[in-house]
Amino acid sequence: MDAELLKGLNAARRNRQAAVLVTDLATGEGRLVMKGDVAPSDPVLAEAVAKAFVTGKSGVVEAGESRLFLNVHLPAPRMVIIGAVHISQALAPMAAMTGFDVRLIDPRTAFATEERFAGIDLRAEWPEEALADRPIDAYTALVAVTHDPKIDDWPLVSALKAGAFYVGALGSRKTHARRVERLTEAGLSAEQIGRIAAPIGLDIGAQSPQEIAVAILAQAVAALRKPADAAGA
Amino acid sequence: MTSMDMETGAPGDERLDPLAVAERWVDEGRSVAVATVIETWGSAPRPVGSHLVIDGEGNFSGSVSGGCVEGAVIAEASEVISAGAPRMLEFGVADETAWRVGLSCGGRIRVYLERVG
Repeated sequence: MDAELLKGLNAARRNRQAAVLVTDLATGEGRLVMKGDVAPSDPVLAEAVAKAFVTGKSGVVEAGESRLFLNVHLPAPRMVIIGAVHISQALAPMAAMTGFDVRLIDPRTAFATEERFAGIDLRAEWPEEALADRPIDAYTALVAVTHDPKIDDWPLVSALKAGAFYVGALGSRKTHARRVERLTEAGLSAEQIGRIAAPIGLDIGAQSPQEIAVAILAQAVAALRKPADAAGA
Repeated sequence: MTSMDMETGAPGDERLDPLAVAERWVDEGRSVAVATVIETWGSAPRPVGSHLVIDGEGNFSGSVSGGCVEGAVIAEASEVISAGAPRMLEFGVADETAWRVGLSCGGRIRVYLERVG
């Protein structure tokens, strides 16, 4: 592996760019294909690379005379939680333990206290400000649990537009119906709005805030690992 | 979005990220080899794409198994570092090779070992 190739790959990973490192197993020659790059000219390789970006699965591909190893590097998943509420006190540490890079946001300083959320990346700011340095992307799960439209709506719109892999919003059916109206007025399509998991969380009969956190986390993991049967349908 | 992986994704803690460690070693002027799991059969402890990086002194970071075959990979790495050509290594449990290092889980893995630079 060329040292420059290693540096390029690590730079892509630090910048949260999806990349596939293609190594010719006979010659050891490698090349880096970024998501969004022009597809490789070999049709077999082009298809394999496109598939790798979707599935995230690395593996060996036979393309013509060559045996190639495709190593896929997709960004680590993030979870942005809007609302420093009781559910979040359980969800934030559990999600971090599961491997999510968690940021918790709530402009209400009475909720967003260090004491309630020790060790969590906590921002007592409006979501617009708190996400200015790291916008929601396709590799982000957005969990909105304040059920206050002033706080929840902007990140919901932002997550749906960015194609976040999971978008969940707490609220009764009534609350959600009004939310659908507002988001429709904001110009989102029915398909986009339909991606919101609401009521939030897998239906496991969760009652306590901790149980609801389990239901939300499980739903986010399912959206990550089994995107084909993603929630919100 | 799988392996948008918590394994192979963005280096969270770079001290634990084998490819980030390899880059740092290269910058320090050390000779480095990278081992990559490229195929697995049956029960394998680490998924395809996992890395073990080794320097010329035998220091290493990461894993290609649960500690079963790392010693053998590290031994091969010193030869790959001096010879330059990549190698394909295969580990598994087979009767005739049971005296060699193998995977106690009963699986089989193929590891590609290459020099950096």
